[in-house]
Amino acid sequence: MEDDSVFVISARGRLKSNPLLDQLPSYQSLLYRRKSSSIRRRESSKGRLSISGMFNTANKLEERRKSQMEQRAIRELTLPIVEKRRHKDQRMEERNDLICCSQWREDARRHMKRLTDNAHVFLSSMKLWRSDIHQIEGMFGTGILSYFSFLRFLVALNLIIFLVMFCFVMLPMILDPTPRNVIYNQHQGNVCRTNPRTTRGILKNYHEHIVDLLSGDGILERTYLLYGFYTKDEIRFPQIIYKLPLAYLLATLGYLLLSLLWIVKRSVAGFKRHLIKDEDRFQSFCNKIFAGWDFCTTSESAAKQKRSSLLYELKTDLEDERIKQKMADRTTQDKCRIYLLRVVLNMFVMGVLAACFYSIYVATAFSQKAENRSKKVNFVVDLIHEYLPSIVITVANFITPLLFSVIINYEDYSPAFEIRFTLMRCVFMRLTSIAVLLFSLWTRISECGSDPCSNPKVCQCWETRVGQEMYKLTVFDFIIILAVTIFVEFPRKMLVDFCDCPLAKMLGLQEFGIPQNVLEIVYGQTICWIGTFYCPMLPAICTIKYFCIFYVKKLSLIKNCRPSTRPFRASSSNFFFLGVLLIGLILACFPISISLAHIKSSQACGPFSNYNTSWEALPAAVEALPQNGRNFINFLASETFAVSFFVVTCLAMFYVIALARAHKKVINQLREKLVMEGKDKRFLIQKLCQAQSILAASEPQLNSPGRRSPSYHTSFSSNFNNSVVLAHSPPKSSTHV
Amino acid sequence: MGNKQTIFTAQQLDAYQDCTYFTRKEILRLFYRYRDLAPQLVPLDYTNHPDVKLPYELIGSMPELKDNPFRQRIAEVFSEDGEGNMTLDDFLDMFSVLSEMAPRDLKAYYAFKIYDFNDDDFICKSDLEKTLNKLTRNELTEDEVKMVCEKVIDEADLDNDGRLSLEDFQHMINRAPDFLSTFHIRI
Repeated sequence: MEDDSVFVISARGRLKSNPLLDQLPSYQSLLYRRKSSSIRRRESSKGRLSISGMFNTANKLEERRKSQMEQRAIRELTLPIVEKRRHKDQRMEERNDLICCSQWREDARRHMKRLTDNAHVFLSSMKLWRSDIHQIEGMFGTGILSYFSFLRFLVALNLIIFLVMFCFVMLPMILDPTPRNVIYNQHQGNVCRTNPRTTRGILKNYHEHIVDLLSGDGILERTYLLYGFYTKDEIRFPQIIYKLPLAYLLATLGYLLLSLLWIVKRSVAGFKRHLIKDEDRFQSFCNKIFAGWDFCTTSESAAKQKRSSLLYELKTDLEDERIKQKMADRTTQDKCRIYLLRVVLNMFVMGVLAACFYSIYVATAFSQKAENRSKKVNFVVDLIHEYLPSIVITVANFITPLLFSVIINYEDYSPAFEIRFTLMRCVFMRLTSIAVLLFSLWTRISECGSDPCSNPKVCQCWETRVGQEMYKLTVFDFIIILAVTIFVEFPRKMLVDFCDCPLAKMLGLQEFGIPQNVLEIVYGQTICWIGTFYCPMLPAICTIKYFCIFYVKKLSLIKNCRPSTRPFRASSSNFFFLGVLLIGLILACFPISISLAHIKSSQACGPFSNYNTSWEALPAAVEALPQNGRNFINFLASETFAVSFFVVTCLAMFYVIALARAHKKVINQLREKLVMEGKDKRFLIQKLCQAQSILAASEPQLNSPGRRSPSYHTSFSSNFNNSVVLAHSPPKSSTHV
Repeated sequence: MGNKQTIFTAQQLDAYQDCTYFTRKEILRLFYRYRDLAPQLVPLDYTNHPDVKLPYELIGSMPELKDNPFRQRIAEVFSEDGEGNMTLDDFLDMFSVLSEMAPRDLKAYYAFKIYDFNDDDFICKSDLEKTLNKLTRNELTEDEVKMVCEKVIDEADLDNDGRLSLEDFQHMINRAPDFLSTFHIRI
């Protein structure tokens, strides 16, 4: 092992040309990282060498090593622990020679560092589900791990949103000293002749209770759950007057902003990495081979799975290369045919999407109409009517991904693009279905302006209705996830385990499809964001929902699933998850902003009953401020400020983009320079080799040395020419004129 | 946290804390893991620096390592004698470098040494072929292996000498997005 190709020494102790490489600064720096034993051996062997001065590097080694390492922390040095300890003792000695002031500073710094390390460890041990995630990582790898840590992030996010709403909206209502009218009069301000609702007596039908609980109706309308309960303009505490409308509005804006900031912060690290890596080398071979094996794998089955998935990936990549070659060889006729096919298929896809959206619209309208009928038909039918929009959305979201994955096979894209494109379509489908539902509700609500009696339940307190819809969506989503796990995944596992029929073989064990699962929970989170304004307790419900989903999914994963053959890369997946979440957040902001600013808030219920629109609470509060505050806020809202802020932001953005472009250019230039330098080095070494060998050849006592021929050495020896020194033309280099 | 343990002196623990990425608790936990591999060989008292080396077979049978195709190379790289027989220091060093908190450069350096099967400071084609075969358990055909090795050298070799030096490797690792998350063992 000590046979370094560079350190070949002939039998006579005569130097050959190779040790010249030894003196290259780049090689010297490599030496410092060697183990102590090998350095010692090399130093002792060098002691035999006789060439002047140049090899008295033992001292130089020490000096250079010291200076280089002083700046770095001990544990970052690439030395074994024995060496590190020696180094540390050395540093301690040096430190004792310092004056006591800087010594104290050094000590303080060390203690600070130790303290922060301990704090980090403590905080990370407090993290929820640490051991569960550890177990999952060992069994399934880092791709699936990222899904579960995403889930944990959402639990934390929902909890914080709930705390915001609780502290600013619910708590004042709870602590309200003046009792309020508990039963809000739903006939208040009602000019329409409506059928009286079925009397909600004490002895209610058991079924009606269940329906109420599942749909947010009835008794739940008069609890903290829904918007309609917070019908208070201001709460008078002994010392202060608490303006509930303003607090409600600001809490809403606050939680949206908080979510945005937190997501952006989390995605910054992934985004940086995304920018650095080369775009056309996505999932390159190097990444697969050197960073492909999950060192965390602890179970044999997982290792086997990992191995086969790596094999699959490599084969797919080689296949990719072949397909790229094939695509480059396509004729024009082929291209026309394929483009035509793609257009037709895309139109088909859009048709399918349009059909889905229309059915969601119709289902929502039907559901609303059915609720207006006071006659309750049947327990089950009632429930179906209530949940019709949710059912249609779920069915549509179940069918369309299957359809997309079939269609994409005919569109003849490269495999990597196929995955991404299918994913994009699924994301679009999921988030747009929510948009369609809200649009359908909006058309109902705007009908209230013209004809208040068409839809009395909605028109009286439309915010509560929207809140109920969101609540129903959330509950149904949760029920479906549980139902699919219990009634589809477990039976499938039992079928595969106990039955030997061809059906079982065709189906195989469930794969834990990460993209679909992620879209599910992003969908749930988008609904939570939209619904929190209308249903302040929704974040708490979502927290509990995600908490339960974690355990359900973990159980299902461990018992029923095998890792997917198309592994999802951990790095890009974090970026993907947060990207989709961000899209969901932006989508959630639209309905809220429209309803805040545009739609007239209902007069019969809610904190904004005294205002025209919900947004008006803010200007009203600003009016109540002292003169200076008012002027300042008016300035901030004025056009001058907005335009100048916009201009400054644009300038900053252009500057950053130009900087990034310049950096990229510099990186490319440096890369080219590196190649050139390598060539220069080899050329120079070649020349030196030649010169030395000529020198050696001219000495009479020279024995042909018993050289071992390591690979590095032979590449030069093959090139040297005994007779003429400068026999070959030098390679093109940057120094060549 | 009182100084109730008698395995190490305070200076020793201090030194370990400075030289690795572990806290006191973790160092003690790792010591117990080391000891569990061979309780009769490892004394409970390290204050007088006993010279105890565990043979490679015991290290390679740890649950964290037994399924890793590179476990032999890992043990060789981190062991003092280069054969895979590890002292406690080597053991701690190994898990410190493979822990979550070690920086990228440090990991890249040791990864380079692990993948350099013939120890010549370069990852040449034969090293790559060995790596690939260990990863896929020889299930790729000869042609495919050759093609993949060529592609790797194509992508990563900057100075065009047909193999990867440490600088090439580190530069390539900087752009490999998964390296930090996969080159890590949780213990």
